[in-house]
Amino acid sequence: MSKKIIYGLFDDEEVLLKSAKQLVKSGVYIRDVFSPFPIHGIDPVIGVPRTNLHIAGFIYGALGLATAWAMIWGLLIIDWPMNIGGKPNFTFWENLPAFIPISFELTVFCSAHGMAITYLIVNKLYPGQEPYNPDPRTTDDKFMMQINLEDTSVAEGEVKEMLQSGGAIEITEKEV
Amino acid sequence: MANIESKVREPLILGDKTYHQISEDISIPVEGKANKWWWLAFGVSLVTMLWGVGLILYTIGTGIGTWGLNKTIDWAWDITNFVWWVGIGHAGTLISAILLLFRQKWRMSINRSAEAMTIFAVICAALFPGIHMGRIWMAYWVFPFPNQFGPLWVNFNSPLLWDVFAISTYFSVSLVFWYIGLIPDFATIRDRAEVAMRPARRWVYNMLSFGWSGNARAWHRFEEISLVLAGLATPLVLSVHTIVSMDFATSVIPGWHTTIFPPYFVAGAIFSGFAMVLTLMLIARKVLNLEHYITINHVEYMNKIITLTGSIVGVAYLTELFIAYYSGVPYEQYAFLNRATGPYWWAYASMMTCNVVTPQLFWFKKIRRSLIATFIISIFVNIGMWFERFVIIVTSLHRDYLPSSWGMFHPSFVDIGIFIGTLGIFFTAFLAYSRAFPVIAMAETKSILKSSGSQYKK
Repeated sequence: MSKKIIYGLFDDEEVLLKSAKQLVKSGVYIRDVFSPFPIHGIDPVIGVPRTNLHIAGFIYGALGLATAWAMIWGLLIIDWPMNIGGKPNFTFWENLPAFIPISFELTVFCSAHGMAITYLIVNKLYPGQEPYNPDPRTTDDKFMMQINLEDTSVAEGEVKEMLQSGGAIEITEKEV
Repeated sequence: MANIESKVREPLILGDKTYHQISEDISIPVEGKANKWWWLAFGVSLVTMLWGVGLILYTIGTGIGTWGLNKTIDWAWDITNFVWWVGIGHAGTLISAILLLFRQKWRMSINRSAEAMTIFAVICAALFPGIHMGRIWMAYWVFPFPNQFGPLWVNFNSPLLWDVFAISTYFSVSLVFWYIGLIPDFATIRDRAEVAMRPARRWVYNMLSFGWSGNARAWHRFEEISLVLAGLATPLVLSVHTIVSMDFATSVIPGWHTTIFPPYFVAGAIFSGFAMVLTLMLIARKVLNLEHYITINHVEYMNKIITLTGSIVGVAYLTELFIAYYSGVPYEQYAFLNRATGPYWWAYASMMTCNVVTPQLFWFKKIRRSLIATFIISIFVNIGMWFERFVIIVTSLHRDYLPSSWGMFHPSFVDIGIFIGTLGIFFTAFLAYSRAFPVIAMAETKSILKSSGSQYKK
């Protein structure tokens, strides 16, 4: 098993998608694809699982709602009930309509920020992180496929040939 | 690609662009040097901002007695400006969130700047309640925090506290949404700097881009988070102006105590926000050479939204008048009669002309597609919406239940100066942004090139 990485550079996302389908069909595992914008339809081809970010967002939102209710209940009902404008705060449920705006805002606040932080962590994005896209042109107008030879049983020459015939404009290799 | 679109639809990207040209056109203003017009505009905005900051410091040092407020009219320009600025911010979120959910492709070339506008507008808005407190160093009292005063907690039944939560959530969520979209575009500028061998610029934009690499997994999560954040921001933007309107609607002042306020304020916010987007974009497309991205077609779409929301606002004005008559409450009836024919009739007339009459001109296709007419009408709408808030706030307060305390409001030079100063803050921030940030979402624009680019429509 070689530890070599092969990069195939494309100048069109449709050509890359077609070539990726063909490579995967012949048993090549594509480690990753770098592109300047999301390529629709690439995820099932190279086996990117559906992210669970939305579920995380729901959980953060539920926590936000719980925080809001715990805070309002603890402060306004238990700790210091106030009688404002002849409307006393004796029970939480009777005053609930007045608490809806803050409950909603805190739900959105926690959900959005929790999701954003999770997104940055799972994508390993933070200030000072060095990018690992192999070619600076992939954030401009080029699309790049990364194939690690250790992942696949297909021979190096064959992979290169398939990339070539699939429309890659440049094929580079890197020894790890 | 599977993007099938009617040939009849006008292209959204003109000039037969390639992906590389899109990066080129949008990165050049960031990479190049500013011309003298930019420096002139920046200088004027900066001086205006400093003047405003000076008057804010004067207000803080001396007290809000420096304003024209009196016992009867204890809320005037400050809260007018607050509502006006928050309203302007709403268009940015509408474009970035609601139009994303509706899959409107034309949002791609305006969402970045509209969101930037939202953020700067909310900063200007948040200034006003802060300085109106008088003792701004106690501004943290608006948050519930453990304390030794009683314990004294905030009042969760108060719309003013709802506002604190709504505005801070709105600001921070908009900021996060905006920044997540910016990360891939900062990476484009970083990699261009690497190719051009500019290490300092590369370092700065790599810090800003958080090391974005643009791999398939990252893009997959990017699309997911954009969609969910849009889903969260949509009810959020509607809730914010609803809550702002409740500052008025939950009080028992004639002219404020109406149930129509939330939808009426939200429509008005989007109306004024789009007007400000147009004012800014019409200048930006010219100065930054973005005519191929912000096309006349985009302007027409925005004008249609202005006509829709302007008509909703017009219907709301008439409904208010009718309900005041129909309610049979003499105080309510007097409040509206006084608005239209009392000493502030000129403010009411300006509001009606600017908000109800002028946007109706957009029913004519020629006017809707004329850049000069659009620019003029957008300014009218901005003025009209400022007057709307002034009319609601000042005319309702200046004559309430006790005729002995009737009065008039006269703004002091500090009132006027702080308002103009916030315009300075807004434009200074926007001009600085237009030099350092990619003003159009490059990645998203590239993703619609094949379905909406001019060369694919031939």
